[in-house]
Amino acid sequence: MRMSINRQNTHIIPTRFEYHAPTSLDEAIELLTEYGGDARLLAGGTDLLVKMKQRVVEPRHLINLKMITGLTGIEEKADGIHIGAATKLRAIERSPLIREKLPLLHEAVRAIGSVQIRNMATLGGNLCNASPAADSAIALIALDARVQVKGAEGDRVIPLDGFFVGPGKTVLSPSEVLVEIVVPPQGRSSGACFIKIGRTSLDLAMVSIAAAVTLGDEAVEDCRIALGAVAPTPIRVREVEAFLRGKRLTDEVLEEVAAMVSAAIRPITDVRATAEYRRTAAEMLTKDALTRAAEEARRRRG
Amino acid sequence: MRIEITINGRKRQFDVEPNKLLLNLLRDELYLTGTKYGCGIGECGACTVLLDGAPVLACLTLAVDADGRRVDTIEGLAEGEKLDPVQEAFLEEGAVQCGFCTPGFIMTTKALLAENPDPSEEEIREYLKGNLCRCTGYVNIVKAVKRAAENLRRVK
Ligand SMILES: Cc1cc2nc3c(=O)[nH]c(=O)nc-3n(C[C@H](O)[C@H](O)[C@H](O)COP(=O)(O)OP(=O)(O)OC[C@H]3O[C@@H](n4cnc5c(N)ncnc54)[C@H](O)[C@@H]3O)c2cc1C
Ligand code: FES
Ligand code: FES
Repeated sequence: MRMSINRQNTHIIPTRFEYHAPTSLDEAIELLTEYGGDARLLAGGTDLLVKMKQRVVEPRHLINLKMITGLTGIEEKADGIHIGAATKLRAIERSPLIREKLPLLHEAVRAIGSVQIRNMATLGGNLCNASPAADSAIALIALDARVQVKGAEGDRVIPLDGFFVGPGKTVLSPSEVLVEIVVPPQGRSSGACFIKIGRTSLDLAMVSIAAAVTLGDEAVEDCRIALGAVAPTPIRVREVEAFLRGKRLTDEVLEEVAAMVSAAIRPITDVRATAEYRRTAAEMLTKDALTRAAEEARRRRG
Repeated sequence: MRIEITINGRKRQFDVEPNKLLLNLLRDELYLTGTKYGCGIGECGACTVLLDGAPVLACLTLAVDADGRRVDTIEGLAEGEKLDPVQEAFLEEGAVQCGFCTPGFIMTTKALLAENPDPSEEEIREYLKGNLCRCTGYVNIVKAVKRAAENLRRVK
């Protein structure tokens, strides 16, 4: 197995770059438009600076988002909860509003790295880094979130579900900035569950799942299921969701669902786990997560 | 680039390259070598400092990103010969062996106790998850944090 620690000199950032700290979004977009592929946005730096140390990316221009007002904060509006892209994970974790209204996101964010990492890292960075294992991504997909994006060509809204293209790749063009994440209001008879299996509690997921279930009388009225680290992107399993609508979560149904999930995912073997392990774990986690989400939905309905 | 950082209560000006890391500024230019380089990739916590009071990793922070902000390091805790109550507690509980991880643990503990003056063992272990120690096995570190909490409550 490959040892990654100290294979490179992680003491310094070996490449030189020009540093920009724009104070408005428009200014940031102008810089991105001017420098194109030579530029990178810097949020918390917990992914980007590691990659720069390892020379995986060597941008000539770094554009820090921290001076731009309006990119941070958590606010509840009629159409849902809005979270600024540069909001620190630790602020989300500690927000009473998120804890009460979006416990699934609270749990997922808490599972990311350490306190130090969460003091630095941002929600937008976790999404734009586009790791197949990004913990916030699967929770936000299960919560039906969308993202607001601004670029040289104007604004657009993208369902998070359609945001990821491949490992490290999103639908954003080089001149676009992720501005905010919007999570629509969740129904009263909904419950959710986040489960992550990691090698150590600090590590990226070997397999992870987020499930949100809305119950009718006893049958599933609606549900969304997303899995991490089992495909080139965080994935939503729509065929499984469609199959579950109108069904009760019996043992037979859960077995069938596990088999469907197994068919939908494309796990690989890497330093963290084998493909076989990931497949078996994904099947088990699906059953667990759905069962627990339904229990919570029952509890919340009272 | 010209930047100004308040380090351990003192305003300091620097002229730095944008690719200079806060860790190397502290260690190589100010000789504040208490803050350690362990892994360089965010996994060990040996480089933990407080940025505006919040524990962050100096190995993944650009010096220019600390411009206009407050940085506190292990060197700023003692007042002359008088150790900080958290430092005292680490000594009293034998939570220091080789000592390489200790500054990071103590800075994280300062932040923990500022947020939560009476943490449970579970809360301590959760908060200190990002600090690794190869020597102590953590038991004495957890004890030290408990004792530090008591010491600090008594001081108040
Ligand atoms: C020790 C360690 C442990 C970790 N553990 C976990 C874990 O358990 N789970 C997990 O999911 N992740 C983990 N990570 C990864 C990382 O911390 C997160 O992905 C983090 O949220 C990234 O956010 P950031 O603000 O630091 O991003 P940055 O590193 O600043 O940016 C990441 C990428 O996104 C781009 N970007 C940032 N903001 C925007 C924006 N608003 N618009 C457009 N592009 C943008 C940047 O240009 C860059 O390419 C870990 C990292 C480390 C070092
Ligand atoms: S040296 Fe910074 S976390 Fe290890
Ligand atoms: S005392 Fe040696 S690493 Fe902690």
